[in-house]
Amino acid sequence: MKTEQRWDRLAADTCQRLEAAAPYIGAGKRVKAEDTVALLKAVIRSGDRVNIEGNNQKQADFLADCLNKVDPAEIHDLHMVQSCVPLASHLDMFERGIAKKLDFAFGGPQAGRVAKFIREGKIQLGAIHTYLELFGRYFLDLTPRVSLICAYEADREGNLYTGFNTEDTPVIVEATKFRQGIVIAQVNKIVDKLPRVDIPADWVDAVVESPKPFFIEPLFTRDPGLVTDNHVLLGMLALKGIYAEYKVKRINHGIGFLTSAIELILPTYGAELGLKGEVCTHMVLNPHPTMIPAIEAGWVDTIHCFGGELGMEEYVKARSDVFFTGPDGSLRSNRAFAQTAGHYALDMFIGGTLQIDEWGNSSTATANRVAGFGGAPNMGCDAKGRRHATESWLKCGREVPHMADQIGVMPRGKRLVVQGAETFGEARAPTFVEKLDAWQLAENAGLELPPVMIYGDDVTHIVTEEGIAYLNRAPDMAARMAAIRAVAGYTEVGLKADLAETKRLREARIFMTPEDLGVDRNRANRDLLAARSMRDLVDISGGLYNPPARFRNW
Amino acid sequence: MSLETIEFTVVGSGAAVPLVGRAHYGVVGSGDLEVLLEPKAAEAAVSVRIVTPVKGFDTLWKRVVEHFVAETGLAGASIEINDNNASPAIVALRLRQALVEAKA
Repeated sequence: MKTEQRWDRLAADTCQRLEAAAPYIGAGKRVKAEDTVALLKAVIRSGDRVNIEGNNQKQADFLADCLNKVDPAEIHDLHMVQSCVPLASHLDMFERGIAKKLDFAFGGPQAGRVAKFIREGKIQLGAIHTYLELFGRYFLDLTPRVSLICAYEADREGNLYTGFNTEDTPVIVEATKFRQGIVIAQVNKIVDKLPRVDIPADWVDAVVESPKPFFIEPLFTRDPGLVTDNHVLLGMLALKGIYAEYKVKRINHGIGFLTSAIELILPTYGAELGLKGEVCTHMVLNPHPTMIPAIEAGWVDTIHCFGGELGMEEYVKARSDVFFTGPDGSLRSNRAFAQTAGHYALDMFIGGTLQIDEWGNSSTATANRVAGFGGAPNMGCDAKGRRHATESWLKCGREVPHMADQIGVMPRGKRLVVQGAETFGEARAPTFVEKLDAWQLAENAGLELPPVMIYGDDVTHIVTEEGIAYLNRAPDMAARMAAIRAVAGYTEVGLKADLAETKRLREARIFMTPEDLGVDRNRANRDLLAARSMRDLVDISGGLYNPPARFRNW
Repeated sequence: MSLETIEFTVVGSGAAVPLVGRAHYGVVGSGDLEVLLEPKAAEAAVSVRIVTPVKGFDTLWKRVVEHFVAETGLAGASIEINDNNASPAIVALRLRQALVEAKA
């Protein structure tokens, strides 16, 4: 005898939930802002996996606030699966007992509370992921049952325009909707006609026009006025010792002043080195305002963006040869695709860090903040699945003396993963340390692993004011550690450097000083910057860049 | 803002390169400093005077200046630094830049 087995339980359950929500959903899937809490109560059940869209840029903040207003006696033990938890409301729901478990990638400003809540048992931590890793799990074992997403506009049918800040929306909706989940969108405005359709209406169950536009943070704007001479020195070293040396064309620049300095000296020092067309032609990058001078000078062929950046909308629209834009003319950012390009198609990742240990492991964790990873580790690693060759990737691989220990005579390339930092950071905290704070954090927050941003075996180069450590050229761990000591300056780690050994490393070109590289420290001066202020950036953009108010001082 | 004054002398080893001219380099902007280099023909040692708002980093200052003297072979000079929270990297950079200025 065969028992009747049902294979559409998810769809039936969704149907039931949407029936309960039907009184609040009007024509065009529209829900009144004041009915949002009731809507969420109708479609969310205790124990559900729920995603609130939000990354380090745009935030579904109204929906997050509404979810906080449900009664924890009715809805509790939610399992939040989402990129980021930067809003107070993201953590409040753990405080109130509405949510219990968290799988995420980035903590941002709430990092301190994340650590505290984990310690106090208010958050049951699944894992801290990278973006791609978490997105991957959306399609395996962490598919959201209900997703609360964020768009600029909806039309009368419920189609969505996410435009410039498309970011994570497509990947969340794809995972949720195609596994019979429920998608609720907050939009700034409901209009008759969208500039373009980013998410089709039949993937969306309800649309709320939020009382205020969604929160968005200009996270990648760096004021050229704050770039120091030392950033310029580090930038010169990187350009001469790495960009020029390896002719790196396909690059991601991390967030921070070192990479801003590099961007701003491309048209000056970079041009002097003859690098135009030879480096930085293809980039995976948010629309950094400090890239404007290099773009205007014709350095860049292509930029694909993870997200948008406030104030860059019109500039990007007017440079569609460089940026990925839609038929309506505005940018289409997409974090999942940009991270995929970042993982597989880059030749180099370069970014700053807070701490590097004696083996080259690098971390931005501090003892009491669970900051998470975001996307850096996907780019700051050697993608083992890569099978296409480029000149810089091959050269970096050829220089690795111990490659033969792994794969014999078989040639293989290696991604350049560059960490750049002054030997001492904020408040003279040493960058080079004997033990990463990540160990302490792992203990304080009960994590299974110390959160390491970039593992030592992936870091190929370290740039400090002392020079460059070419770790990819080190024959063994002893030489690698000596090269790290050589760039560690006056830190405790650096003071252990043996002068004779450092000299041997210089001869072997495993460590090179500014002088060895032919970089004149006396030219490390802000005069080298192609733009020295926000105002300069606006002028160079022909008035197309429109910086947020807090960055305007004129 | 109370200021700390740190004073010490450094005796270089190896080839002593006496300072010829004097130099004033940098400005006391935030995160920066000014350096005054002056020849002091009578002595071989380098006397150092640092005025800084940062407390508790005397050893670090000594390391940076001692290394600078050792690397450049500087002798017969006084170094005066007026600091406003400069990082060791900036200190090292400004010292070298001041020395180039003094030789020019």
